[in-house]
Formats: sequence, structure tokens, C-alpha cells
Amino acid sequence: MELLALPDDGVPRLLLDIGCGSGLSGETITENGHQWIGLDISESMLNVALQNEVEGDLLLGDMGQGLGLRPGVIDGAISISAVQWLCNADKSSHEPRLRLKAFFGSLYRCLARGARAVLQVYPENIAQRELILSYAMRSGFAGGVVVDYPHSTKKRKEYLVLTCGPPSVSSAVPSGKGEDGESCSDDESSGDEENQTVCISDRHRPRKKQKVNKKGKGREWVLRKKDQMRRKGNVVPPDTKYTARKRKARF
Amino acid sequence: MRLLTHNMLSSNIKGVTNGFPLKIQVEKVVEKQVEINHDFLRNIFPKIDWKAFSDASRIMGYDEMPEEPPEPSVLESNVEFLGKFHHALLELHLEEGALLCPETGRKFPVNKGIPNMLLLEDEV
Repeated sequence: MELLALPDDGVPRLLLDIGCGSGLSGETITENGHQWIGLDISESMLNVALQNEVEGDLLLGDMGQGLGLRPGVIDGAISISAVQWLCNADKSSHEPRLRLKAFFGSLYRCLARGARAVLQVYPENIAQRELILSYAMRSGFAGGVVVDYPHSTKKRKEYLVLTCGPPSVSSAVPSGKGEDGESCSDDESSGDEENQTVCISDRHRPRKKQKVNKKGKGREWVLRKKDQMRRKGNVVPPDTKYTARKRKARF
Repeated sequence: MRLLTHNMLSSNIKGVTNGFPLKIQVEKVVEKQVEINHDFLRNIFPKIDWKAFSDASRIMGYDEMPEEPPEPSVLESNVEFLGKFHHALLELHLEEGALLCPETGRKFPVNKGIPNMLLLEDEV
């Protein structure tokens, strides 16, 4: 909610909740005094929302088919873990790229200038996240990813913060919770992706190279190892002048 | 569905250039009391397509909305008008009925106040 950065003048705004489900996120909006319209593809979830007597209006619709809203009327949009479903093809006719394009295109159109969209996403992998981001950028949004608790697997939350219209000073992406500056500067989308690749390379980095030259490991190394083994209590042959002696070259 | 939402909705069918406003077929209208907020009304007013709104309110059986959009100054001073505007915009709910696409005549049913805007595969 705070990521939306609505002007703090006490005037209620009209917000859009994409993938509102049972209206849990909408209740937060209502508590903040704003009006909202919720969109969800699941009729049963909307019925639950009806039973909860949510304040906002509900629509049954598929965001992958584009949002049927007039241009420039919405003051802000939120979405809690819904956008990654666009990457799944539930039916044979579904083409994730087209659906992402339709969604972000229509979202961009219906938002007012300078309005923000905050989408909480749980992408399955890096490729999926990059796909989502690239389509958001292609539709004209400015913004990036904010990560709450980047080092925790459980509490980790990713927000796509998108700003409609030209990027200004005020549209600088806020920083996530529990994020200490130098260890993870996930603020900008580009920086974020770089960081991500660094992380990967960290995970798969080659093992520490053993010091092996052409001569082999050398007498010193052998003596050290034998010492180690002795300290462990193993039976180790005594050190003699023959220890780690080079073999005669045959042929 | 409130008229606020109706005023924002447009038909999303492929090839439809002007899917707004959707025509309303009324079967049942309910009224729900909502707290009035003058700031919100003033803020939302410029975004409302007035003709669509006044037509829709008439179809819903509420005749108090003028056909011509009022001056913004009316909103500042006339509390009585604000009350009516609030009633039409936020308190009238279309509970059962349908929305019709103005160009193709495609019917979007409204059940329990929820319009079904799902499209078929060939309409995307």
C-alpha cells in the first residue's frame, strides 16, 4: 500500500485490484478510505468476496484478455501474486506473451498519468521475471523491482512498481524492507537483474583451484598432509628421505 | 455493480473501436447506504463521462441527474446536489441484469452484482 505513493491529502482515490480473489487486499484499501474495483477470473472467489461483504465493486474478467476500462480513469492499481499466472498457458489457445502484452497494454491505458501500479509477483524463475518486466517496459511503464527481505526465502516478497508516464524524480523506486544498502542494491530493475546474475554465478562458481603445477604437489604438501593424518590418529608411515620422492621416468 | 464502475467499463472485444458506454438492461436494482465523502466526489467528477452517467442513472430508475454536466462550481457549494450525485454514483447497485456492447450487441450478464466480462476465445 505504501508503495503506491498516493498523494497524502486525505482524498479517496479510485484504485484497481487485479486478481482480488476474496477481497482481502481490497479490505486494506477500504481501511485506507479509498474506493476500489476488483477484478478476478474465478467466480467462486468472487462469491467468497460477496459473502465477506467487501466495499468495492467486483468484476469477473480475465486480465490476460486485457482490462475493459476507459483510458486514464484509475488512480492506482495493485495486484497481489496474480501476474505470474499470465505466464502459464492453461488452455492450448493461451499464449503467455500475448496475454502479458494485452494485460500491460490495457493497464497502461486505463491508469491516469503519473499513477502507480504495484504488482506483487512470485515468478518461478529468472526467465519468467524478466519476461514480465520486459513486457511491462515495452508497454511504456517506468519502474523496477522492489524486494522485501531479499535474503530470506520465506519472507521474501517481490513488488513490481510501475509508474505510468515519463519517469520523474518523484518516481524513484522506494527501497524494500529489511534490505541493507550495500549488500543488495535491488533498487533499479537493471541493477537488480545484474545482481541476480551475480548471485547465480556465485552459486555455480568453480571450486577453489588446487595448487597443482607440473611438478605435482611437492614434498611440502605431502608432509603437511601426513601430519594432518597423524593428528587425526591414523597410522601414517614415517617421514624418510624417500617420502614424496619423484619416480624415475620410464621409457 | 455501481454506476461508478459502469462508467469506467468498456467493451473489450477484438475489433470494437468504441465499446463505451455499455447499455444497461435492468432486472433488479438495490440500494446500499454508503458514507458520503465530498472530496472523493469532487475528485472523481472530471473523470466521469457525464452523458453515459446520466443516461445510466435514468435507466436505473433515478431521474435526479441532469442531462447536461453541471458546472464544477456547483460541486463546491451545492451539498444537496452532491448528495444526489453520491447516491447515483455509489449507492445504486445493478444486482441482476446485463450489459450490452454498443457496437456488437454482445451481452455481458450481471449476476449477484458481478458483471461477467469474460470473453470467448474468438473475441480476444
